[in-house]
Amino acid sequence: MEIRRHGDALELAELDPFLAELLRQIPDSTDPKGVERAEQRLFTVPADEKEEEISAEWKLYVEPELRRLFRSSNETVAADLKPLNGAARPFANCTLRIPVKNADAWLNTLNQARLVLAAKHDFTEAELCDHYRSPIGSRRDLSLFQVNFYGFLQEFILQETQRGGSREG
Amino acid sequence: MLESPVIEQETREKQAIDLPWQVVVHNDPVNLMTYVTMVFQKVFGFSHEKAEKHMLEVHREGRSIVWSGMRERAELHVQQLHGYLLLATLERIN
Repeated sequence: MEIRRHGDALELAELDPFLAELLRQIPDSTDPKGVERAEQRLFTVPADEKEEEISAEWKLYVEPELRRLFRSSNETVAADLKPLNGAARPFANCTLRIPVKNADAWLNTLNQARLVLAAKHDFTEAELCDHYRSPIGSRRDLSLFQVNFYGFLQEFILQETQRGGSREG
Repeated sequence: MLESPVIEQETREKQAIDLPWQVVVHNDPVNLMTYVTMVFQKVFGFSHEKAEKHMLEVHREGRSIVWSGMRERAELHVQQLHGYLLLATLERIN
């Protein structure tokens, strides 16, 4: 895989079918799918449990706003990923272009996916820091790889958008 | 009439609301350090150095007080931080 900035887009070129599939799974990976721990991590409490009034207002007014924000980011990412779905040659390497204007949506959705995967599999801090774990021998290993791969993408997007920002500034 | 209990009670409630609050960010092993630094810069307008200092405090101490002031603004900041999926709470300053 080659990753670079190309004009007003971030380009992930020479994506092999495995990495392309991991990218396609980003929007789905943000869904807690009924795992309470994952749902709770996306929508955490705003204050100590003694602050009942704050928590009640939060549930009523803020949480729907957060759900809308997360859904909007996911839709942007899903739209950017569409070119990967129509690959004429499914086993050939492909290229994904992420418009720089969508960087915030990507950062948000990648973070949702990482948090949900980590919560679902209850990864320890040691596991999350073990970036060289291999081979992938289970669903859990694959999810850990996903968390790290999505983190790598986040780092790249951050680096490139901040570099762009400092150039513009 | 001016010193009626109803008015006193309202005054106390208003004072309770206006007492200072603080916004606390808690450690989370999943969020990237660079991401947390970027969020502090965006939400609070911190310089890169200040944002990094708070990020490292979260990482090493488990929490960092990133803002203090009136409740309404504190709630807004916590909402912004949750929008970026950081673990953040508001606390009364005792």
